[in-house]
Order: sequence, then C-alpha cells, then structure tokens
Amino acid sequence: MPRLAALFFALLLAVAAAAPARAVDDAVFAAALKGLAVEGFAEKTAAADALAATGDPRALPVLRAMAAGNLYVRKADDAPVLGERAGRDLALTDPVSGADLGTAASRDLTKITVNNVLRTALAAIIGRLEIADPDPARRRAAVESIARDSTPEAAGVLRAALEHEADPGVRTLMERALARMSLASPDAAVRLAAVESLAGGELSPQVRALVAPLAESDADARVRDAARDLVERIELRLMIVDITLNLFQGLSLGSVLLLAAIGLAITFGVMGVINMAHGEMIMLGAYTAFVVQEAFRAFLPDGVFGLYLIVSIPAAFLVAGAVGVALERGIIRFLYGRPLETLLATWGISLMLQQVVRSIFGAPNKEVANPAWMTGAWEALPGLVLTWNRVAIIVFALAVLAAVALALRYTAFGLQMRAVTQNRSMAAGMGIRTGWVDALTFGLGSGIAGVAGVALSQVGNVSPNLGQAYIVDSFMVVVFGGVGSLWGVLAGAMSLGIVNKILEPYAGAMLGKILVLVFIILFIQKRPRGLFALKGRAAEA
Amino acid sequence: MGPLTSRLLALESRRGWSVFCGLLLVAAVLVPVLHLATPPDSPLHVPAYMVSLLGKYLCFALLALSLDLVWGYAGALSLGHGAFFALGGYAMGMHLMRQIGERGVYGNAGLPDFMVFLNWKELPWYWWGFDGVLWTALMIVAVPAALAFVVGWFAFRSRITGVYFSIITQAMTFALMLAFFRNEMGFGGNNGLTDFKDILGYPLQSDATRVALYVASAVMLAAGYLVARFVVASKLGRVLMAIRDAESRVRFLGYDVTAAKLFVFTLSAVLAGIAGALYVPQVGIINPSEFSPAQSIEVAIWVAVGGRGTLFGAILGAFTVNGAKSVFTGLAPEVWLFFLGGLFILVTLFMPKGIVGLWGQLRAKIGEGVQNVAQKHRA
Repeated sequence: MPRLAALFFALLLAVAAAAPARAVDDAVFAAALKGLAVEGFAEKTAAADALAATGDPRALPVLRAMAAGNLYVRKADDAPVLGERAGRDLALTDPVSGADLGTAASRDLTKITVNNVLRTALAAIIGRLEIADPDPARRRAAVESIARDSTPEAAGVLRAALEHEADPGVRTLMERALARMSLASPDAAVRLAAVESLAGGELSPQVRALVAPLAESDADARVRDAARDLVERIELRLMIVDITLNLFQGLSLGSVLLLAAIGLAITFGVMGVINMAHGEMIMLGAYTAFVVQEAFRAFLPDGVFGLYLIVSIPAAFLVAGAVGVALERGIIRFLYGRPLETLLATWGISLMLQQVVRSIFGAPNKEVANPAWMTGAWEALPGLVLTWNRVAIIVFALAVLAAVALALRYTAFGLQMRAVTQNRSMAAGMGIRTGWVDALTFGLGSGIAGVAGVALSQVGNVSPNLGQAYIVDSFMVVVFGGVGSLWGVLAGAMSLGIVNKILEPYAGAMLGKILVLVFIILFIQKRPRGLFALKGRAAEA
Repeated sequence: MGPLTSRLLALESRRGWSVFCGLLLVAAVLVPVLHLATPPDSPLHVPAYMVSLLGKYLCFALLALSLDLVWGYAGALSLGHGAFFALGGYAMGMHLMRQIGERGVYGNAGLPDFMVFLNWKELPWYWWGFDGVLWTALMIVAVPAALAFVVGWFAFRSRITGVYFSIITQAMTFALMLAFFRNEMGFGGNNGLTDFKDILGYPLQSDATRVALYVASAVMLAAGYLVARFVVASKLGRVLMAIRDAESRVRFLGYDVTAAKLFVFTLSAVLAGIAGALYVPQVGIINPSEFSPAQSIEVAIWVAVGGRGTLFGAILGAFTVNGAKSVFTGLAPEVWLFFLGGLFILVTLFMPKGIVGLWGQLRAKIGEGVQNVAQKHRA
C-alpha cells in the first residue's frame, strides 16, 4: 500500500510541475498565433515561421487551417479561431485549448486571407513540421512539399531530417530532393556533388529529367560531363528494363502459345491427325473452369474460393480428354491416312462444339475471376513490374511441358505411345492394343488443350469463339518448331511469342502478327520440317 | 472448223452438251424471263430477292469450281481460296467506290467517304486507275493471279504438299484478313467498302441491273466451267490427276510437277477472283470477314458435298449447301451450325465422292446385294 501511495504522490508532483510550463507554453503559443492576424503577406509568412519555430505540436493544425483558408479572427475579441463550415454558419474551435466554441455567422469573423506565394511558403513550413511525423507516408508528402520550395532553409531542414531518417524509401526521396535543390546551386562544386550523389541512387526517368538540362547546357565542363555520363547510364538502364519487359511479355505470350500447342504437338505431331477442333478443346477447358468457379461460388464458403482454379485443372483435363477420346473412337479413327478428310471432319466437329457451347451458355463472354493469390504484380526491379497471372502462366506452361515430356519418356503408356507411332504393326505384334493407345493419345492431347483453356481463362475472355483465336497460331507453332518434337514446340512457341512482342512496338499488333506469319511461310520454304526436324526413318513416314 | 473449235466441241459428249446448254438456258434465260415477264401473283413468278440470291449462288459455284480444279484434280487443298475471291471482290469494290463520286456523305469526288473520315488528303497510289473499267477488269484478274503465283511458287517449289499446303494457305488468308482489318491499309478497315451507287452507269438498286448481273454471273460460270473442262480434258489435266495420285512418280517420270501445279493454282485464283468481282455488286458490300479462314474452309465443304474431282459436282455442291444455309438460317439459325458441322463429318465419313458419287456408291451397294442374293441362291 505505501508504495502505491508514493507513486500517486510522485505523479501528482509531476503534474503540478508540468502545469506552469504548460501555461507558459500556452502564452507563447497564443502570442505567436496572434501574430498571424497581421496585414501583408510577407508579415504573415514571418508570423507563420515564428509559430512553427515555437515547436508546439498545436501549430501544425493551425497552419494547415490557414493554408486551407479556415483560420479566422473573431471580431468580438480579436481571438484567432479555427472555423469549419457547418451549414450556413461556421463551427469554431479554439486553436489553443482545442475547445469547441460553438458556431458563429461569417459576418462575425474576419478571414485571415492567403495568396499563392503564402500558400507555397505555408506548404513548406507545414512540410518542415510534418517531416517529424511518425507516419512514413506523411513524411514522404512532407519531403515533396518542402522540395517544391527551393530555399536554403528548406534544404537545411531536409538535411537535418535526413540525419535521423530511418525509412529507406523516405531517405532516397530526401536525398533526391536535396540533390535536385543542389543542382540549381550557383556553385559548380555543389552541382557536381549533387550529380554524383544522384548517380549513386536510383536510375529512374525522373532522375534523368532532373539531370538532362545540366548535361545539355551547364556552364561547368566537369558538371556537364558528369551529367552526360549519368544520363547515358540511365538511358542504358531504361533500355535494359524495356528489353526485359518486352522479353517477359514475349515469354508470356509464348507460354500461352506453348500451352495451346502442346496438345497439338501430340495429336498432330505424334499421331499426324490434323485436329481443327483443337481450339474447341481449349474452349471446353475454359468453360470447365467457368463451371467449377460457379459451383464454388454456389456451394462452398468464400474462404476456399481461391482453390477453384486448382480444382478446375484436373476437371478440364478430364472433360476435354473424354471428349477427345469420344471423337477419336467415333469419327477420327475412320479417317486415318486421309489427312485432308480429317481436317474437314474435325472442322465440322469444331463448328458443332461451338454451337453446343453457345446453346448452353449463350454467346456473350463469361467472366472467370482471377483468384486472390494470382492478382497483383511483382516489381522485380524498379520500373519492371510483372503481373502475377502472367508469371503463373509461364511457370504453368513449363510445368505442363515437363510433365508431358516425363510422361512420354518414363511411363508405360508413354512407351506404348512411342512404340505405336514408330512402328504400328510391330507394336501390335508385341501385344499393344494400338487402337486403345490411339484413343488415349488423342485423349491426352485434348486433355492438355483443356488444361490450356483453364490457363487462358485467366488472361482473356471466355467465349464460344475462344478456340478460333488460337488455332492458326498453334498450327504455326507446331509447324515452325518441327512436327513431332516437344522441344520444337517449346522453341517455336517462345521464339514466336518474343518476336511478336518485339515487333509490336514498332509495327503495331496486327502488322507484327502479319510479319510473323509471312516469316513462317518463308521459313518453311527453307526448312520444310521445322526447327527441330525428326531424323531417320520416322521422318519419312 | 479450226482445231481449237473441234477440241472445244469434243469436250463434252452430245448428251453432255445438251445438258450444259439446257442448264445454261434455264439459268440465264428462263429465270430472268420468269422474273420480268410474269405478274407478281403468278405461281411461276421469280421474286427479285430470289434473283439476287441465285446470283450469289452462281458466284459461289464459280468459287467452288475454282477450288475443285486445284483440290479435286491436282490434290492440293487450298484453304485460302476465300482470299482470291475477296481480292477480286475488293478490286470490284474499289471501282464501285470511285463510281460514287460526289454522291458520298461528304460529297468529296476525289476521295471515298472513309478516307475523308480518316482525314486523308489524297488517294493512295494503289487506288490509281480504278476509275476505269479496263484497269479494274485487269486488276480483278491480275491481283489474285499474282498472289497465287507467288504463294504457289514458294509452296510448290519447296514441295509443300497435303495438309502443310492447306495450313500455309490458311495462314495466308488469315494474314490478309488481319491486314485488311487495319484502317491504315486504305481499304475501309473493319467496315470494308459499301454504299455503292451504280455500275457502268446503271443504278445497282434497279431491277434490270440486278437481272443483268445475274445473267453475267450465269454466263461467267458457264465460261468458267468450259475453261476448267478444257484444262481437265487436256494432257495437262491428265498430268494433274497423276500428280494428285502419285506426285513423286510423276516427277520421276520427268514431268514438271511444280509448273503444272503452279499453272492450275494461278488459273484457279483467277476464276475465284472473277467470282468475287461478280459477287460484290450483287450483295453491295465487301469487308475483311470474306478473308476469314472459316469462309475458305466452307468452300471446301461445298466441293466435298457435291463431289470433288467432278466439275459439275462442285457447282452442285455450292448450290446444295448454300440453299440449305438459306433455308436453315431463315427457319432456325441456331441449327445451321449443327447441320453444317454434321455435313462436314457425314460427307467425309460416308460420301467420299459427294452427291455425284452417291449414285455410283448406291449402284455398287445394290450390285453387291444382288451378288450376295445370287450367292445365297447358289448355296
């Protein structure tokens, strides 16, 4: 008990000691506040400076109100008050005590007017006060408002704040602002130091914009050279970022093509079946994703909604694969050895599948949402922003390719499949049910197309015509890469994707695509069997 | 009687010629007479819409005929014949655009409306000469021929055959479609060329002009048929059929396979271009969708349905499929794609020789049946 009592007394003493200090502060603050109500904008600026110099935390809201035109003097007692418009009257607050002073009509008040020069000065003063704010976002804003006012005092404030700034983002901002101020300095040595300090920081277009005028026309040759050097470095860097971004977009387009073409590489490349309904298998996969999504929305709690994409991958594989097996057994197997007829029949299948989907789901686009874990972007380097869904598609396409390659190489089914394509009668003689292998192979190709459809639903529209957009492209990839070679498909898809994206900025999307088509047509003249041609007896078949 | 005339006369048997002349009479004389000379309420009257519909079919038939020449006889399935058709159509469309003169929305005699709209100041160079009929006629033939010659030269020289040729030609028409969709190309972009006013000074909307265009299509189809027939019956035709059945063997025997295929491909493109040129004034519009790969594949099914490798079959197929299309899209549009898709499958699976071959197939079946019955009797 005695301890508690001692503590209580200690507290009491502390309060008693603080109270007079508070009263003194109040007096100083109120005096500084009164100073604001002077004529002349230069005087007002000086008064605002004086108010800020008291170091009182209450100064900040007053200055903000002043800048916003919300600071008044009450005519009755000449006391400065904060006024907030409330209906036709103004709700008043005492800036010293923070007490509510009720409302007053505007005719009872005199506004402390501000002009633009004063407003800029106020912003700088406010910035100087805010730079001590614990919230880094506030400090950022403060740095920017100080930097707009390029007086030596502002530079001093920034330099002082930089001393004990911990946040790296705010630090670079401060350094850049300081450097920008020093760039305008009449002293060549200061300018040189500023350029050099900028060179050590982030090489962004903003920095280039700062330094470029100096590189053009600085009076001092050393500064000019340093600035020119920096501008060149920034340009090189921006070019690298630009190329990387193009490359990434090319890879992303390439992986979309790859996904669309892997299935075709199996049905067309391995089995030699021209499947014009391949695009519709992709479309079926995309619609499977849509159905799974709707089922998740309807029957499962919101928490697991993000998992629908994972579930729709095997679902799409099964749906498209089953349709593929049915087509092979029902139609395509009667047309082996007659590729042109296969082409026409599968085209007929594609028309019917489109119409089936249109009848069930309707012609308009369906929306398939990105799950939360696939939205957003990753800033790999400053200025190099990669969206997650694109990154996911690249990874996914490569994973699918690896899975197919491994399945063909190491599974019993893969072995049988290769055996049947290499020598059908020998494989049959070894007891392989070739008809069944044909059906499953076609099912595999179609199933992969379905999986591709799930991926494409994440980056594009889902409509009954979805497959049509990819059919010409995927044939181009397979023909370009070399029929029957998975590596050819990878190389073909990626190079076509990248070439497309690199041409795009110069030639536009359409012309780029046309050029690529013309290029492939010419390329096939030179290498009719594609980049990765099969050698030996398989090539003759 | 010169040697050429005698060869022409020898193209068909006496019966063949009478069927040919009979059909031509029906198409080119009877239909217009029934349209113009009978009162509208008469049961024999052919209404105006029917005349332009039949005119459209005649153009399609010529297109099918041209494809049959390369596919049915030379064995090269072109999936880009729609491109030649559309190029011929664009050439005609450009001429018709120039004929509009000051009657466009902007009243600019020097520039078509869409160019005024795009803020262009003068005609692009490739529009030069399309005011004239002769130049237009030349272009209708020359542009598709040149494209076919270049693409064919590249393709046949590298011995691209079978499905690879199909895919290449499909890519060709796809690329052209993308190109013509661009406004910068100067062909009206997405909307294409339309709002035509008159042809050779006659208003396109008038009944007489429509009938004249219809008769022109019929005569052109007949002429195209005779040309194709002439090629097919010649020694070149024999070589082409041999190439279709065993290309390497023909090459080893010393024939110039590339030249033969290139010739027939180019000729076929010319026929397709003429078909397109006659088609455009009858429908009143040409736009890039004519280049779409789907259109070209549809032509293949006309030929397949009628019976490829027979010229008459291609014409028959074009009429049958397009007639069915008109009926279905009128009655139940959503069923049409099912029907068309099913047709692709059924024809390839069960009617490899098309409608023309159906008779032979049936006779073989009946013959087989008779034999079976006879065998049973013997047993």
